[in-house]
This record gives sequence, C-alpha cells and structure tokens, in this order.
Amino acid sequence: MNELDASIRIAESLSETRHEVSIDIPNPVFTLNGVSVYYGEYEAIRDVSLDIAQGEITAFIGPSGCGKSTLLRSFNRMNDLIVGARITGRLAYHGTDLYGPEVDPIEVRRRIGMVFQKPNVFPKSIYDNVAYGPRVNKTKGNLDDLVEESLTRAALWDEVKDNLKKSAYALSGGQQQRLVIARCIAVRPEVILMDEPCASLDPIATAKIEDLMHELAGDYTIVIVTHNMQQAARVSDRTAFFTAEVDDAGERHGRLIEYGPTRQLFSAPVDQRTEDYISGRFG
Amino acid sequence: MSMQTRPDSDFNPADLGQQSNRAWDRVFMWLLFISLAIGIITLVVLLVYVVTKGWPRLDLGLITNMPSIRNPEQSGVQSALMGSIWVIGFTAIIALPIGILAAIYLEEFSKQGGRFQRLVEVNIQNLAAVPSIVYGILGLAVFARALALGQSVITASLTLALLILPVIIISTREALRAVPRNIRDGSLALGATEWQTAYRQTLPAATPGIATGVILSLSRAIGEAAPLLLLGAVTFVTFNPDGMLSGYTTLPIQIFNWTKEPREEFQVLAAAAIVLLLVILLAMNFVAIWIRNRTQRRW
Ligand SMILES: Nc1ncnc2c1ncn2[C@@H]1O[C@H](COP(=O)(O)OP(=O)(O)O)[C@@H](O)[C@H]1O
Ligand SMILES: [Mg+2]
Repeated sequence: MNELDASIRIAESLSETRHEVSIDIPNPVFTLNGVSVYYGEYEAIRDVSLDIAQGEITAFIGPSGCGKSTLLRSFNRMNDLIVGARITGRLAYHGTDLYGPEVDPIEVRRRIGMVFQKPNVFPKSIYDNVAYGPRVNKTKGNLDDLVEESLTRAALWDEVKDNLKKSAYALSGGQQQRLVIARCIAVRPEVILMDEPCASLDPIATAKIEDLMHELAGDYTIVIVTHNMQQAARVSDRTAFFTAEVDDAGERHGRLIEYGPTRQLFSAPVDQRTEDYISGRFG
Repeated sequence: MSMQTRPDSDFNPADLGQQSNRAWDRVFMWLLFISLAIGIITLVVLLVYVVTKGWPRLDLGLITNMPSIRNPEQSGVQSALMGSIWVIGFTAIIALPIGILAAIYLEEFSKQGGRFQRLVEVNIQNLAAVPSIVYGILGLAVFARALALGQSVITASLTLALLILPVIIISTREALRAVPRNIRDGSLALGATEWQTAYRQTLPAATPGIATGVILSLSRAIGEAAPLLLLGAVTFVTFNPDGMLSGYTTLPIQIFNWTKEPREEFQVLAAAAIVLLLVILLAMNFVAIWIRNRTQRRW
C-alpha cells in the first residue's frame, strides 16, 4: 500500500517537472501532442508535447542519446526510411497530421528541408548540387537564376561563382555545409531542420553558419539540434531541453524537460536538471 | 639523488636485445614467401612457354586468316575471334541490364535483411559457385533443344549470360552498398523519390564499381570453353557469324581443337592463339583496374 502510494507520488512529481513555459505560440508551424518515437520495441523519445513558432529559430539541446535527432527526423518523415521506426501521438504541420493517411512523405520533405551533421554534398559539381532539388521536383523557371539566388542566400555565391562546374568535394567543410543549405533553399522549403550542422566545423566556419542562420530566420522556420549550449544561446529564440530518463526496466528514454524562450531558459531555468546541464554540471 | 628521479633508472641495455627465440617467425615468413613464389613462377613459366612456342605464328595472319586443316602455316583465328566478339557482345547485352536491375532491386527496394532478400542472396551465391559445365547442360536442354535455337550464337550468349549473372548481381550490389547512406538521405530529404535517388545518385556513384565487376565477369565468359563445347560449338568454322542464329566458334574452342591435332604446326598455332586470348583478358583486367584507380573514393 505504502509502496504504491510512494510510486504514485513519484510519478506525479515527475509529471509536474515538465516546464512548458511558452504555451502561447500563435500560429505554430508544428504542434506536437504526446509524440513518442520507437525503434522496434525501444521507445527512444517519450511523450513530447510542444509547439514550434513560425519564422523563429528553435533549438533542441540535451546530452547525446536523448533522442534529439530522432525527434527532428520525425518532423520531415525521415524516420520512415529506418526499418522498424514508428511514431505515436500527433505531430501536426499547420494543423494537418503529418502522419495522416493522405500525406505523401515526398511532399513533406519538399516543404521541410534538412541539413545533416556531416556535410553530405553529392559527388557532383557545385552547380549540380544546388540544381538537384529543383530538377527532381521539376521546378519551373530559370535554373541558373535559382542556383545563383540560393547560393547567394547561403552566403556562398561570392566564393564559388567562378567555379560552379568544380566538384563540390573541392570545397572546405564549412563551404560544403553552406552548399548543403543552399541546396535545401533551392527547393523553397518553409522549414529547415538542422541536425548539429556545426559539429564537424571549426569555430570560424561555425560562426559563418550561425550568421547565416540569423539571416535566414524570419523567412524560414529553423529547428536546430545542437549539443553546444553556447550555440543554442547565441542563435535561437526558443530552446527545448531534453534529457534521458531511466525507467524501472533500466531502459533510457528521451524526455522533454523544459521548453521556453531561450533567454529565460538560460537565465532562469525552472528545472534543476536544466540548470545543471546549462551550467555544465552534467552531459 | 638525480638517479632516483630518472624513470629509466633500472634500464638495462640488454633489454633491447632479442627476448625470445624467433625461429618460428622466420619459418613462417619463408612459407609465405615460397607460396607466393610458386604462384608467380608458375605464371611466368606458362607465359614464357606459350610465347616462345607460339612465336613463329605471332603475326598479323593469325588474326586475319581463317582456320585451315590442310595449311596450318597459313591458318588464323579470324572466325574464332569474331565468334568470341559476337557471343560476348550478346552476353553483355543480355546479362548487364538484367544483372544490374536485379541488384538495384535487391539493394534499394527490397526490405533490407528481410526473408525474401536472404533467400535470394543465398541462392545467388550458390549459383555463382555452380560449375560452368552445368550451365552448359542447362543451355543445351533449354535454349538449344526446347527453344530450338540450335548451335547458334544466341544459344551460347544466353548460356554465358546465365553463367555470369550471379557475379554481376553480387558485384553490383557491393558497389551500390559502398555508396554512403548520407548521400541517399541527402537526396531523399530534398523530396526526391526512392527511384530518383537510385537513378540519379546511387547508380552514378556506384558506376566505377559496377563497371569493374562487369568487365571482370565478361572476361571470365570470354575464357569459357566447357559449356560451349557441350552446346556443340566444336565444329570447324571458316566463316564469321552474321547474326544471332549463325553458327560460330570461339577462341577457347578453336584452341581446344588445335591442341587435339597431332601435327606440331597446330601446337604452335594453338600457343599463338593462347597468347592472343591472354592479351585480350589482360587488357580487360587492365581496363577494370584503370577504372577503379581513376575514380578514387571521395567519401
Ligand atoms: N536507427 C536507429 N535504430 C535503433 N536505435 C536508434 C537509431 N537511431 C538512434 N537510436 C537510438 O535512439 C536513441 C536516441 O538517439 P538519437 O536520436 O540519435 O539521440 P541524440 O540525437 O539526442 O544524440 C539512442 O539510444 C540511440 O541509440
Ligand atoms: Mg543526434
């Protein structure tokens, strides 16, 4: 009896410790209600509810393995490509269930672009990298103009305009990552998801990407995963802090701990774990 | 005092000397070397033998003349060379598209690690290990007799195509698998379909590997004699093939026929033809290596 009471009290206190500060997001791009993502039987991230604001930069932070990438990949249905991956709960994009039966994942990925941790340029020329998305999507209009416009927006045009026919592999890591962003912009997405886009870059290249993100915010909704708290603090408008909790069976599940305006989350975190993480005490 | 603080104060120069008996190491090294030497020496002896033996007939007439029973000095391999080109040409036309498409399906579209994939995989590996003479029996029963294609170029091509299909599928799958996942992810994340991704990204990136595998398997088919002997290609042929249903002979079969002749002139002729076949095979392998080296890994 006492044991049961105690565990109920623990469960209650656990559920009380989710601090969703910013519940008042008008016209959210994404609305998540009780989203969990599984790999087979393993629940990698559990019961996430949050809204993503339009035209803002939202950062997902937390120790590695807490399911940040997993959650991000469910935003453009990239998890569909992993055998055994599935999602429960409701993930809505402008009010439409992204996983509804009518929804074509191809169309989803055209509207919601993605930048990966390792700059994954294609083994093609710089021009063909940027032109790839418009070509496969049969975008109408002048391709040369679109390539120039995309490279300009990605702050890469001046560096590559004389070498468009050169292999993308000739570029530095930072340039490659901006090329990937240009490639993404060329499809004219509304959202850009970025999974640790600076993890393999040096500080100068990182600073350029961060400047670029500020340039793009407003026109694009950006969700960035980073395990670099300073980066989250520098670039984002809102921050969600995740961590992994161990359940009774000893399995680790990612949980959303705290979500709010970045300045608030970093200056006055509500949860002890958030405070520990941002002050560098764990993770 | 200073002696105590030196970390290597108990160092003894003798420690750097040989600590154990390394006789076995040396024996093992010699074994490795001898094994290698056996392989290389055999190859060199073989090459020297056929080149010196065939030397008198290594002239242009070897390629331009037709075979002749009465006149071995004037005999050539023109019909056999043209036969080999015809047979291998059709073999490639049949086996390449089927093998590459099958590999793309298995690697890109079927459920990875699923039961179907495992079943097909095991079967293909077994097929690759089936002796070529068995393919000859199959070709004789199905293509020559049941489909009534007889002793024709197309019968030989269909049979050789079946023979090299497993190798083409296996090497194409390996080449496709070597293309990193993140290239595919990058393509799919831009709204490309799986088919567009396979056709525009994976396949071009895998082309050097596929070409290497294809060339090596075709060079295997060029050297095959056993299944074709069974298909009845042994006839003495003094004309070039002029179509799919034409009769034919090929280089290995011509060589086989000449080596059976008792007269010395035919032995010389056979040696010269062997040199020609080896040159063709080495050239193909060289092209395969060249393709592989020219397109060095970029990821
Ligand atoms: N493709 C996958 N298959 C199975 N488990 C996975 C896969 N990808 C990630 N995981 C597991 O899901 C958990 C969360 O991973 P991930 O989302 O990559 O975390 P993060 O991005 O926060 O470091 C980890 O325990 C990881 O091992
Ligand atoms: Mg990650």
